[in-house]
Amino acid sequence: MLNSFMSYLGSTVTPGEAGNQFWALIYVLIIFAGVSLAVICMNWLERKALAHFQIRLGPMRVGPHGLLQPIADALKLMLKEDIIPTEADQFVFWVAPLIGLLAAFTVYTVIPFGPSQAVSDMNIGILFMLGVSSLGVLGIVVAGWASNSHYPLIGALRSSAQMVSYEVAMGLVVVSAILMTSLNASGTGTLSMIGIVQAQQQQGVWFIFKFFPLGFIAFAIFAIAMVAETNRAPFDMAEAESELTAGFHTEYSGLRWSLFMLAEYAAMIAVSSIAVTLWLGGWMRPFPNLLHAPAWEFIFSLFPGLTFGGLAAIAVIGTARMPAHSFFKIQRIGLAVFAALLGFIALLLLLIAVAGRSADTSVAARFREGIDYVYWFVLKVAVFMYLFIWYRATWPRYRFDQLMKIGWKVMLPISLGVLVLTAIVGVIFP
Amino acid sequence: MNPALNSAVSTINAGMAPVATPWFFYVLAGLAVVSGVAVITRRNAVHAALALIVTLLSVAGLYLMLYAPFVAGVQIIVYAGGIMVLFLFVIMLVNIERSSKERQFNRMWPVGLAAACALMALFVSAIAKGNKLFPDRGMTPPESSNTQQIAAMLYGEAGRMGQYTFAFEIASLLLLVAILGAVIMTKKKI
Repeated sequence: MLNSFMSYLGSTVTPGEAGNQFWALIYVLIIFAGVSLAVICMNWLERKALAHFQIRLGPMRVGPHGLLQPIADALKLMLKEDIIPTEADQFVFWVAPLIGLLAAFTVYTVIPFGPSQAVSDMNIGILFMLGVSSLGVLGIVVAGWASNSHYPLIGALRSSAQMVSYEVAMGLVVVSAILMTSLNASGTGTLSMIGIVQAQQQQGVWFIFKFFPLGFIAFAIFAIAMVAETNRAPFDMAEAESELTAGFHTEYSGLRWSLFMLAEYAAMIAVSSIAVTLWLGGWMRPFPNLLHAPAWEFIFSLFPGLTFGGLAAIAVIGTARMPAHSFFKIQRIGLAVFAALLGFIALLLLLIAVAGRSADTSVAARFREGIDYVYWFVLKVAVFMYLFIWYRATWPRYRFDQLMKIGWKVMLPISLGVLVLTAIVGVIFP
Repeated sequence: MNPALNSAVSTINAGMAPVATPWFFYVLAGLAVVSGVAVITRRNAVHAALALIVTLLSVAGLYLMLYAPFVAGVQIIVYAGGIMVLFLFVIMLVNIERSSKERQFNRMWPVGLAAACALMALFVSAIAKGNKLFPDRGMTPPESSNTQQIAAMLYGEAGRMGQYTFAFEIASLLLLVAILGAVIMTKKKI
């Protein structure tokens, strides 16, 4: 067992490819914990950012600046009474949140956080991701039906119609990005998530800038469709609270409701990862081919540490600005401890960057590389997460007929056009 | 278990990762059969549709075991993710209470039985004569380039026409006619 554990350490492929079950399991656990943590952070950030967009303070009471609010909410949801309506279809009502959650988390097996930092690299990677994430809608549809109530049923119908319509445009622009991967010497493309990023590295350009503006239009279509696909504002017709109370999850409460929320946020991270992988160069740092001197490598490897240092500095400023009243003493101490923790992580990351700066195959160097890959990937995904909040704060909700009109009469023709033009341009200027 | 299957599994295993264990096969096949029976015996249409989704997913798993990941992916994306959502969409608009009281099987069952028996006979004969009908080793494209090899067979490569290009184009023509038919039938005025 120890032998199987150690044998993977020097390898440069994913655990799935190396056939190493132990490391695959460890990666799965790390990703599961990381996604859950990201959902908690996202929950806090969304409430805070939305509040500041609307000139409010947001959660302030539980912990300094409401930092412990998501944990308090999670506890509350777990302790709440779990109600299943008498007239509901018991089994289907019970299984619906699990379908959504399973679909949302299964796709993480192929998300490439780095060239070897993924659970597995499938030959059909992107196809698998699109397929499994489209299963998530089944959870919503079935939940709406099983509730045996009017608002959830209408929410579920809207959701299924919306997802089926936007999936078409989404699939077509994904194909146009995959077409770009085949523009190499052998003329063979790839569906593998890691292969797609490596193709961008080989061609020396992120696909968003390839054949400008074709790549950009494809990316924009995907960025719109993925908001509709995850039922987020301004396309959150399935849970439009002014029309349908809470849409498909009106009858859900407590833990089951929180599973829906977890699935929604996990799906948001998953579709953002697809966008990052296909168009924004995945795990690659900016200009990996242009600025490849060891000095540049070292400067870019300082970024993770500096990011955490910046967060620590913000926490320190927050500690200093805390009101001097004795009521805030505990909060002040708590924020100071949080700042110290962030600072410690920053120091650790800087230390790793310095220790692993040589480009050899020592453990420190490989560890530093891994941290860099994961950092740039997560940073790009985080930008999308912030955009999701920004959209929600900025745009009013679409009407359902407008939504359908945009999906079928605007986005579908444009994405078809982009696909055909990409193929033509790819043949003429390979 | 069948020694021939056993040796086939071991030949496949020699070059690839051991995915095709009999255990997986029996679980997936059993799941497909049980949920397939549930599709026709459940009175509630939504339960039947959910059982159908389980069947489709376990068949996708069987494709994966046969080293056909592309077919498995397409099975999930088209059937489980696309068509079944539309099925559920329609079923949800049906009055379940009334439809669950209606007669479940119509009088066509002798025809269905005959068709099932014919299919069964075909399978049995294929298994019985399998050694003569099929080559010793089927073509097993390596998992790492499965999609690329399917593309080469369907569309051809390096200026050559693929093995199945003609059949593929005929099938796509058929689908195009079906799409046009659907549009014409739903639109009164075009």
